[in-house]
Amino acid sequence: MSGFTKVALLLASLALSACSNTGVFGGDDTLGGSTTEANYELGSVDDPNSVAHFQSVVGDRVLFTVDQSDLTEEGKQILLSQANWLLANTAFTAVIEGHADEQGTREYNLALGARRASAVKEFIVSRGVAGSRLRTVSYGKERPLEVCSAEACYAQNRRAVTVLQADLSG
Amino acid sequence: MRLLAILLMGLTVLGQMSYAQSGPLRIEITDGVVEPLPYAVPDFVAESAGADKLAADLSRVIAADLSGTGLFREIPAKAHISQITNFASPVQYSDWKAINAQALITGAVTVSGDSLEVKFRVYDVFAGQELGNGLRFKGTTDGWRRMAHKVADAVYSRITGEGGYFDSRVVFVSETGPKNDRRKRLAVMDYDGANLQYLTDSNAIVLAPRFSPSGDRVLYTSYETGFPRVFVLDVGSVKRKVLQDQEGTMSFAPRFSPDGNSVLMSITQNGNTDIYSMPINGGQPRRLTSSPSIDTAPSYSPDGKQIVFESDRSGNQQLYVMPASGGEPKRISFGQGRYGTPVWSPRGDLIAFTKQNKGRFHIGVMRTDGSEERLLTASFLDEGPTWAPNGRVIMFTRETQGSDGSASLYSVDVSGRNLKKVPVQGGASDPAWSPLQ
Repeated sequence: MSGFTKVALLLASLALSACSNTGVFGGDDTLGGSTTEANYELGSVDDPNSVAHFQSVVGDRVLFTVDQSDLTEEGKQILLSQANWLLANTAFTAVIEGHADEQGTREYNLALGARRASAVKEFIVSRGVAGSRLRTVSYGKERPLEVCSAEACYAQNRRAVTVLQADLSG
Repeated sequence: MRLLAILLMGLTVLGQMSYAQSGPLRIEITDGVVEPLPYAVPDFVAESAGADKLAADLSRVIAADLSGTGLFREIPAKAHISQITNFASPVQYSDWKAINAQALITGAVTVSGDSLEVKFRVYDVFAGQELGNGLRFKGTTDGWRRMAHKVADAVYSRITGEGGYFDSRVVFVSETGPKNDRRKRLAVMDYDGANLQYLTDSNAIVLAPRFSPSGDRVLYTSYETGFPRVFVLDVGSVKRKVLQDQEGTMSFAPRFSPDGNSVLMSITQNGNTDIYSMPINGGQPRRLTSSPSIDTAPSYSPDGKQIVFESDRSGNQQLYVMPASGGEPKRISFGQGRYGTPVWSPRGDLIAFTKQNKGRFHIGVMRTDGSEERLLTASFLDEGPTWAPNGRVIMFTRETQGSDGSASLYSVDVSGRNLKKVPVQGGASDPAWSPLQ
């Protein structure tokens, strides 16, 4: 106990200021809507030049096997039809979205989705569509379509989707 | 003087340990489980009128910090024989010995307006003397939790010989909504989940924030332009700006250099992902890898001389180390399965990573040459480790499976013990630990 009184209290002054931005995003925010809005009419499925036709008859997506970005034979057939549709409908551009299933790390899946989107773009360009009409984006595992944790869902999530946009520049 | 400091062994030795009850305070390695060190932290003494609640709350946060490590066990107040009613009075060691409190923490609180002063002392009860000098912290009442963390850090450091980590924050991605319509926004909180603040809204997907070495800025990936891009955000003002926005590319997986002047990131062009560095104030990205493989998740060594990253150049994800200026990478992971998201420990001794093997995910650590790999966790999906500032604890994302699966933050001791969920309301992912404040 003798040492007790000898001990000096050391002063450690701290600038413990309160956080200044409380409230900037403090409450529940409103859920954001989709960032891209359709700028065209869907049209009739029966019209081969309609977006509806592209989406449901041509097929707007191709699927991939686990951890792969190689196109399947079935995928190539769909992309061939997509290329033909784009060649016939020059007033449209497209964003190709690459996706991965949830079985992978976030960064790797972003890169894998980019590979898939790029593989689709390269194929369509190889069929004569101008590369300037196609952009790619990867969502990695951030936007699953199906939510079960089983291969039946994963197979649907490993996809590249060609999302049309009316070209308003010209 | 008997040294409580030998508890240090409890942090460094990886085997199983138990605490010896008799004789000098020490940790012995046995095949038993770790017996946490018993301590008492009676409510701090209120030395000004109206400070009682704050004094009690401070002691509770200190106890939560210490007991939360798994290395300490609090002896509850109802077991105390002595009461601490005067900070300056001598401690009755025999009363604390009788309840086997190895360490005793006493303190006092003075409030004046919005200013707060906290004093504390730590005692080695069985040695019958104080452990180190008393300390006094001054601040404001709304920073009272930080003061409690400061006290707990000091106690932890004195007893273990290690740096503390309680006065730190975690930036992460707050998640709401169903799995197929998940909303993500950046948030920051104290390491223990308190003082949550949002840094962005949820209009665009945000991913994987990383603190600057000074803790005042955050790098992250956002889709607000429609494409993944690396942004930097000022935590105080929440002002943000895009760092890399070259048309036709994506950028992600950013991380600060140890000096805070430059940023590593992955940039994807024509489907190929490589690692680049660029000055934080803008400028041309410099390419550090150029392979047709996926090269991503770069992390500097603390001395800034090396970079660990993941690449699938061998056919699947593995870890590589290269000089900070680029150059020939050396593969360091050779076990079964795939390795990703490597992060260099702030102590420089270990690299934490995510491992996928046989349908399971693990958080693990290895030496920087790839030796002595140890897996710390196993689950359906664990990923994205981040180090506590003292390099002793790792926080990561754990996602549950199924259609109602959700993400949570977990922490685990680098020894693999003390796995626990970090209390965060709602879903949470991609944690990044700040430096000690």
